[in-house]
Amino acid sequence: MKSLIRFRGGVKLPGFKSLSTKSPIQKTPLPSRLILPLRQHIGESANPVVEIGDYVYKGQIIADSNSFVSAPIHASSSGKIINIGPYTIPHQSGIAETCIVIETDGKDQWHPNIKQCDVPGSLSADQIRKKIKQAGIVGLGGAVFPSSAKLKPTREIDTLIINGVECEPYITCDDALMRTKADEIIHGILLLRRVLNPIECVIAIENNKPEAIKAVRSTLARFKEENIGSVNTIRVVPVPTIFPAGGEKQLIKQICNKEVPQHGLPYEVGVVCLNVGTTAAIYDCIYQGRPLVSRLVTITGEAVNHPANYQVLIGTPVEDVLAAAGGVQASKVDFIMGGPMMGQVLPDTGVPVVKATNCLLVKTPEKSKKQPVQLPCIRCGACANACPMQLLPQQLYWHARGKHFEKLNHYNLTDCIECGCCSVVCPSKIPLVHYFRFAKTEMREHEVKSKFADQSRLRMLARDARLERIKKEQEERKARRKAEREKKKAANQKQKQISESPKASSG
Amino acid sequence: MAILILTLLALVFGLGLGYTAIRFKVEGDPIVEKIDALLPQTQCGQCGYPGCRPYAEAIASDEAEINQCPPGGEAGVQSLADLLGRDPLPLNPENGVAEEGPSMVAVINEATCIGCTKCVQICPVDAIAGAAKHIHNVLDAYCTGCELCLPPLCPVDECIVMRPVEQTIKTWKWNNPETLKESEAA
Repeated sequence: MKSLIRFRGGVKLPGFKSLSTKSPIQKTPLPSRLILPLRQHIGESANPVVEIGDYVYKGQIIADSNSFVSAPIHASSSGKIINIGPYTIPHQSGIAETCIVIETDGKDQWHPNIKQCDVPGSLSADQIRKKIKQAGIVGLGGAVFPSSAKLKPTREIDTLIINGVECEPYITCDDALMRTKADEIIHGILLLRRVLNPIECVIAIENNKPEAIKAVRSTLARFKEENIGSVNTIRVVPVPTIFPAGGEKQLIKQICNKEVPQHGLPYEVGVVCLNVGTTAAIYDCIYQGRPLVSRLVTITGEAVNHPANYQVLIGTPVEDVLAAAGGVQASKVDFIMGGPMMGQVLPDTGVPVVKATNCLLVKTPEKSKKQPVQLPCIRCGACANACPMQLLPQQLYWHARGKHFEKLNHYNLTDCIECGCCSVVCPSKIPLVHYFRFAKTEMREHEVKSKFADQSRLRMLARDARLERIKKEQEERKARRKAEREKKKAANQKQKQISESPKASSG
Repeated sequence: MAILILTLLALVFGLGLGYTAIRFKVEGDPIVEKIDALLPQTQCGQCGYPGCRPYAEAIASDEAEINQCPPGGEAGVQSLADLLGRDPLPLNPENGVAEEGPSMVAVINEATCIGCTKCVQICPVDAIAGAAKHIHNVLDAYCTGCELCLPPLCPVDECIVMRPVEQTIKTWKWNNPETLKESEAA
């Protein structure tokens, strides 16, 4: 058994996890309206395949895409499509994107074609892949990368890592899932093993979740005893509680001591990494035939009356979810989707829960809004020690302020995972991650603008060339006409002479 | 004797220089390319030259100052100053003011377009499609927002107008933490 490698950087953070783990998983009531954005994943957004006024069943595909890196969207409950149009999506910007809105009919009726699979054991790897793609399953850890795109690696896979680390403070949905549905997770792993054929499987769990570790280990032992599947190559690995131990690249470094190449994907080093929630969703889709229509969401924060983990239908407005959690105590609060480190502040509570929503954190402004006074950088280097990507945040900070795009590229700004470790450790309280997010969007705009300028230059040159050509052609035509005219004139004169000469001779 | 040697040397070097001048002749002025690469390519003509390249040529031949391009803004002047080793100047107000905010594209009101083709002919990047007595349309993916097609060129009022490019998730930008700091201090 290999020993764990410690990844460089990271910080120890207070967990606040017990807030939401005291009570069992609950279900939020069926909302009257479901808002389903067409883009809930990385890659191409899906295109609607239904029209306003259509009746849809729960689990019916309402938007689909042919692209490899994409995922279809399903109706999360039965009802009528009442609108397809722009609605504010859960994103920091508060921008509206196209969403499909369903008015639920209260029956919550599954599509008649959705039924349990009697023979999951006889499905081929390709059939499993196809079903996962059709079920719209994406990475439920928060990155929402379409899972089907991970399951067709172009090289052999050595290690399948199931990510149950959940390193962000406050979030406990994966913890709750592992405690209660370890069976489904292990069934999911057995399915994934048939698709990927890895040499070994590792379930990585942070060591601050002893109950989850115990639950998964005892379920594995039961599987072995009852001979449900060969679980010999599956092992549970507790990892130290250091943020961001659950980052894909950091986890691969810890478990396999391999580094994912820059701009590369884990399969290039023979690793596939999937979240425990995704694995359970894969079980649901293959065994129960059910697409991804709901997910576990941690509703937590000091301002929430009943913090717990809730099974929420995708598309449920955040306000409905919060009402189910007993409402919010204070009047002025921040709503954060995700954790306190990498989450996004929501523009309002009318936005829906999407596939990426692992946590809704409600914090009172005293704790989240009041920013400490920012002091000048003293070049202490604490940020460089904390950076889990081994970047140099203080260099990046100077260049981000000056918008030196070449330098930012040189210091690999694009590799920043925006984990926030540098901001946490900074003794001058510089919001470093904010600077990097700002610089990333500036850089992207600069790139787009210079590409557009190149395009405009080419179009200008093409237009000039065309105008030149037309002018030349006109001149040529003119010259040709003139020549023709003269030729004609000459011919006429000649004829005149000829016609005159016989006259003369006859006369 | 010394005179002879020096004359010979001068001859040899002269021949060498003459040969390299012909052999490694540079087509065009490379500094023009470099200046042109820094200009925003809106082709708007606000600088007083008919397009970005003519302006680049004018800068290279010292006919024009580096502060005549409003679409490039102060940042554009700065990058030109860096390239040419000159002092940055504030934008010349005679050429117009740098506009803040989202980039704009032209849009044609189909109801009032009379199909005169004037805008089609003037568009420096061929971003307007149309034929005589047919409705014209702006291909907004190519429109640089140069405003050359706006009235008085367009004979119809309210036919061609500028509208801001809609913001998407891909074009949305984080606010500058620096400005946040200032607002807090104030």
